[in-house]
Amino acid sequence: MFLQQLVNGVALGSVYALIALGYTMVYGIITLINFAHGEIFMVGAFIGLLLVSFFKVNVFVAILGAMIFCMIMGVIIELIAYRALRKSSRLSALISAIGVSIFLSSLALMVFGADAKGFPDGAFPVQQIKVGSADISTLQLLIIGVAAVLMMGLEFIVQKTKIGKAMRATSEDYNTSALMGINVNRVISFTFALGSALAAAGGVLVGVLFNAVSFNMGLMAGLKAFAAAVLGGIGSIPGAMLGGLLLGVSEVFGVAIGYSSYRDAIAFTILVLVLLVKPTGLLGQKITKKV
Amino acid sequence: MADFLNSLVGSVDPYMLQILVNVGIAIVLALGLNVITGLTGQLSLGHAAFMSIGAFTSAMVTIKTGLPFFANLAVTGVVTAIVAAAIGFPILRLTGDYLAICTLGFAEIVKVFFLNFEPTNKALGLTVPQAKTSIPMPIYVWVVAILAIILVTFVQNSRFGRALKAIREDEIAADAMGINTARYKIQAFALGSFMAGIGGGLYAHFLSYINPSDFGFLKSVDILAMVVLGGLGSVPGAVIGSSVLASAPEFLRFMSQYRMLVYGALLVFLMVFRPNGLLGGVNVTELLLRAIGRKPAGK
Repeated sequence: MFLQQLVNGVALGSVYALIALGYTMVYGIITLINFAHGEIFMVGAFIGLLLVSFFKVNVFVAILGAMIFCMIMGVIIELIAYRALRKSSRLSALISAIGVSIFLSSLALMVFGADAKGFPDGAFPVQQIKVGSADISTLQLLIIGVAAVLMMGLEFIVQKTKIGKAMRATSEDYNTSALMGINVNRVISFTFALGSALAAAGGVLVGVLFNAVSFNMGLMAGLKAFAAAVLGGIGSIPGAMLGGLLLGVSEVFGVAIGYSSYRDAIAFTILVLVLLVKPTGLLGQKITKKV
Repeated sequence: MADFLNSLVGSVDPYMLQILVNVGIAIVLALGLNVITGLTGQLSLGHAAFMSIGAFTSAMVTIKTGLPFFANLAVTGVVTAIVAAAIGFPILRLTGDYLAICTLGFAEIVKVFFLNFEPTNKALGLTVPQAKTSIPMPIYVWVVAILAIILVTFVQNSRFGRALKAIREDEIAADAMGINTARYKIQAFALGSFMAGIGGGLYAHFLSYINPSDFGFLKSVDILAMVVLGGLGSVPGAVIGSSVLASAPEFLRFMSQYRMLVYGALLVFLMVFRPNGLLGGVNVTELLLRAIGRKPAGK
C-alpha cells in the first residue's frame, strides 16, 4: 500500500516538477510569474492528442512534436506579450501573462469544445508489473522515465553548455550579463523555449495518464506547479524538482488517507506552512536586503 | 421614499441595471484591493477569498438573524476584516511573490473549505433570501460604492495613507522613519478585506445565489486586473478600471463565443500599450482643474 501510493505520488510529482521547472527558470531570469505556463501545458496535451489520434504516431513522437510546437509558441508569447513590458512594473507583465492565459484557454475551448477528450485505445500499451505489494503500470514508468530523462537533459544544458552558462549568468545579474556581451534577448527566448517544451511533455504525459485532455486542465495544474516552484525556492532548478515531487507525493497520500475532497487544498496548505517557517522556500537563496 | 426609488430603478432597462450593479460591486472590490496592492504595494492574488467569506457570512446572517441589511453588511465587513488580520499576521512577513503565492494558496484553501462546509450546503451553493431593506439593491450597491470611493480617497490622504505609501515605496526606509510597517500592513490588509467582505455581501444578495466555485483564482485575477488596468494606487483609476472590465464582457457579448478570447487579447494589448494602466501617472484632479480653466494648461 505504502509503496503503491509512493509510486503514484512520484509519477504525479514528476509531472508537477516538469511544469514547475518552466515557472522557476522564467522567474529566475526575468522575475516574471508566467501565468500562461499552465495553458502551455494544456496546449501541449492537445497537440499530443492530435498527433496520436490523427497522425497515429506513437507516444514518444507525440511528446516530441508537442514539445517542438510549444517551444515555438512559448517564444512567440514572450515576444508579443512580455518583451515590451520588461522595463515596466512587474504587475503589468503579470496581468499581460494572465491575458495570454485567458486567451489560450478560450481558444482551446473554441477549437476543441468543452468536454474532455481521451486518447485512443492502445495509444500506449499499459501493463501492470508487480513489485512486492505494489502494482506499477508501464504508464507510470513511462512518466517517471520521460520526466527523469528530460530533467537530466535540462541539467546538462544549464550546467554544461554555453547557452546554459549564459542563462545562469543572466539570472545572476541581468544588466551585467548584457554588458558582458551576452545576448540577453536570445537567452530569454531560449529559456521560454526550454520551459514550454518541458510543460508540453508534462501535458502529454498527464493526458495519457488520466486519459483526459480538456481546455481547463491548465489552470489547477499550473497553480500547483507554481506552488511547487515556490515551495522548492523559486528560481532554483533543483528546488522545482524537489517541490514538485513533494507536492505530488503528499497529495496522493492525502487522498489515500481519506481527504479526497480536500485534494486541491493539500498542496497549498503545505506551501503556506513551509513558507511560514522558511520564507524563501526549501532550497531558495536567502536574499539579504541592502539599503 | 422607497416607492420613489423603486420606480426610479424600474425606469432603467433591466439589462443595463444589471451591468450597472456589476460595476458598482466591482468598484467596491477593486478599491479594497487598491488599498492592499496599490497603496501598500503588497501583491494579493486571493482577494476573491475575502469576497467569498463576506458573501457567505452575509448570507448566513440574513438567513439566521433579522438584522437589517446595513447592520448585516457592517457585521460582514468586520468579520472579514478580523479573518484577514488573523491571516495577515503571519503571512505579511513574506514579501513580493512569496506573499502573492501565499495569498493565492490561502484563497484556494478557503474555496475548498466552503466546498466542504456543511452549513453552507457544500458544493451545491447557497440560495440567499432577499435583503432586509426597503431600498432596492441597485441603489444600495451604488450608495456603498460611493461611500467606498469617499472612504478610500480619505484614507489615501490621511496620515495612515501616507504611511502605507511610504511602505510601498521603500519598506526599509519607512521602517527607519519609525513607521511600524508590520502593523500598518496588517491594518491595510484588514481594511482592504473589510471592503471585499462588503462587496461579497452585496454580490450575494444581488445574485441571490452563491457557490464557492464562483470565488476562485479567476475572480481574484479579475479584481487585480481592474486595479492594474486603471492604474495602481489611483482611486479614479480603480473606478475606471472596474467600470471597463466589469462591463467589457457584456459589451463584447455580440461576439458571443469569441468574447473571452478578445478579453484576453485586450488585457495583453492594454498592458503592452499602457503599461502603467489607463490612468497611471495621470493626475486626475489637475486634469479636471485644467478642464474647467482653474489652472493654466501645460504647466
